[in-house]
Amino acid sequence: MAILTYREALNRAMVEEMEKDPSIYLMGEEVGHYQGAYKVSQGMLDKFGEERVIDTPISENGFAGIGVGSAMVGLRPIIEFMTWNFSLVAIDQIINSAAKMNYMSGGQFPMPIVFRGAGGAGGRLGAQHSQAFESWYAHCPGLKVVCPATPKDAYGLLKSSIRDNNPTIFIESEVLYGSKGEVPEQEYTIPLGLGEIKRKGTDITLITWSRALGFAEEAASILEKEGISVEIVDLRSLRPLDENLIYESVKKTNRAVVVEEGWPVAGFGAQIAYLIQKNAFAYLDHPVERVTQMDVPMSYAANLERMSLPNATRVADTIREMLQ
Amino acid sequence: MVSSIPKDSQSVSELKEFYRQMVLIRKFEEAAAKAYSVGKIGGFLHLYIGQEAVGVGSIAALTPKDYIVSTYRDHGHALARGLNPKPLMAELFGKGTGISKGNGGSMHFFDRNAHFMGGHGIVGGHISLAAGIAFASKFKKEDSVTICFFGEGAANIGSFHEGLNLAAIWKLPVVFICENNHYAMGTPEYRALAVKDVSVRAYAYDMARDHIEGDEVRKVRDHVQVAVERARRGEGPTLIEVSTYRFRGHSMSDPAKYRTKEELEAYKKKDPLMRARHELELGGIKTEELDKMDLEIQTQIEEAYEYAETSPEPPLSQLHKHVYAEDK
Repeated sequence: MAILTYREALNRAMVEEMEKDPSIYLMGEEVGHYQGAYKVSQGMLDKFGEERVIDTPISENGFAGIGVGSAMVGLRPIIEFMTWNFSLVAIDQIINSAAKMNYMSGGQFPMPIVFRGAGGAGGRLGAQHSQAFESWYAHCPGLKVVCPATPKDAYGLLKSSIRDNNPTIFIESEVLYGSKGEVPEQEYTIPLGLGEIKRKGTDITLITWSRALGFAEEAASILEKEGISVEIVDLRSLRPLDENLIYESVKKTNRAVVVEEGWPVAGFGAQIAYLIQKNAFAYLDHPVERVTQMDVPMSYAANLERMSLPNATRVADTIREMLQ
Repeated sequence: MVSSIPKDSQSVSELKEFYRQMVLIRKFEEAAAKAYSVGKIGGFLHLYIGQEAVGVGSIAALTPKDYIVSTYRDHGHALARGLNPKPLMAELFGKGTGISKGNGGSMHFFDRNAHFMGGHGIVGGHISLAAGIAFASKFKKEDSVTICFFGEGAANIGSFHEGLNLAAIWKLPVVFICENNHYAMGTPEYRALAVKDVSVRAYAYDMARDHIEGDEVRKVRDHVQVAVERARRGEGPTLIEVSTYRFRGHSMSDPAKYRTKEELEAYKKKDPLMRARHELELGGIKTEELDKMDLEIQTQIEEAYEYAETSPEPPLSQLHKHVYAEDK
């Protein structure tokens, strides 16, 4: 097994898929000559040339639309947003065009497109560069939403997203790009909609995805020393959602907490809490709790940013209270 | 009326065909308006009446391998592409036999086989989609050209500028056709456009431009043809502004009180159908023959109406279908 960084795993997935399928191209700001703002596309320009690794001017709405139009006639674009914060100027193309094209045409136009790039909060980037948007996109039927937490998952899930005939919102965690992990050397894919138990436990189910998995694992290690056994469910994709994995775990532990990087109001954790009370109510010994970013834009000040973000301490405190 | 007389039998028969298509659009929409007023068609219904020469002339410059991207005012473009009025009318009625299976409605006609790439409902949003389709033609080294229709209202939205800039820097085979009917819903162009002539915006993108009156169908075709050939040669996009007028309001729910009766009457004197008819008569076609053609089209529309009315609604099982495509 090779040890790869999260960014290397993503790079390998794109390279392998593009080697196999000439209809795939990568487009975005600085993906080519600059070698990727976050170096995810490092080396790809040399390998595939300017016809398939395409630098764009700063015009997210425009190149997102280019991607959607080209997908209508059989290409399989990978559209990189330098960060998901900038996707908001392209959200019309993502929701009004990509997500609905197949439906409103009566099934005539599948949309094999991946929108990917750096997401999440932190790093003292301030209010406009520090936010998690998966709940926004998960709201929309027609989109798939994928949020990998490990290099192994990033590789397998990106390959599945590229092969999928639907528009996929693939949100990479900006703070995880340099994180390392084992990635099998043999090619593999991970089906979208398949979560994974990242840690087995018996006292409480902790449901999470992307970077928040780190907070969850840290909290679980702290609590283990106190004799509390935490089971961690990593959803990996929010749409489609591995509901059964959640229910099976809750049936075993009778308690659930959702940990997410995004804001609390109308966040994806609210949907999970609803689903658990609807479908596993009889198994619950405690209301489902959530640990989220605070309900404020992100502050630049180091102490306020720390306070705003979810962290292992907050997760552990929440779990202790639930078990009292 | 300044009229051009078709010079030879070929141009007479060509104009006859354009006239037929324009009458088809006019009568289709008159029937749709009737159906709307008695509640058989829901939602918004944006009629193309008055603008027929633009769609018919432009699309006549294309071959079947070329692509068309349209707006929420898409009936005329679809009919000019040669789509059968029956599934189009059925779509307006929300029937399962509709061109988009009833999921689209008036604003969302799609026909993959005819390269009719949709009516799109967000003003200007489709301009970059058209650039994307043209991008794909270039990527695949196919010599298809895409034409994209939009109104002058769309020329003020970011997607217009981003789409044109990208198309220009990458020399994409696309022709942007601004159908300037002088009102963005109820907002007249003088209140919305800092520079009234939309076509000069092409200079900002070092793009070829053209500006024509849209009441003479063959002239529209000739000018669009030049741009299509330029695109096909790999010389990049063109922005064409076609001045036209809609005789009805923005949609069926708009009584268009923001414009004067005199203005409307002045434009009605430039009705592209009347003009084509007059030119055909000058070219030697008898009035009776044209009347007969009108009547045949009327019958065709009545059949479409009947087909739409008697078609079944989509099955309820369709509700969840097509949200996601089948797996590869």
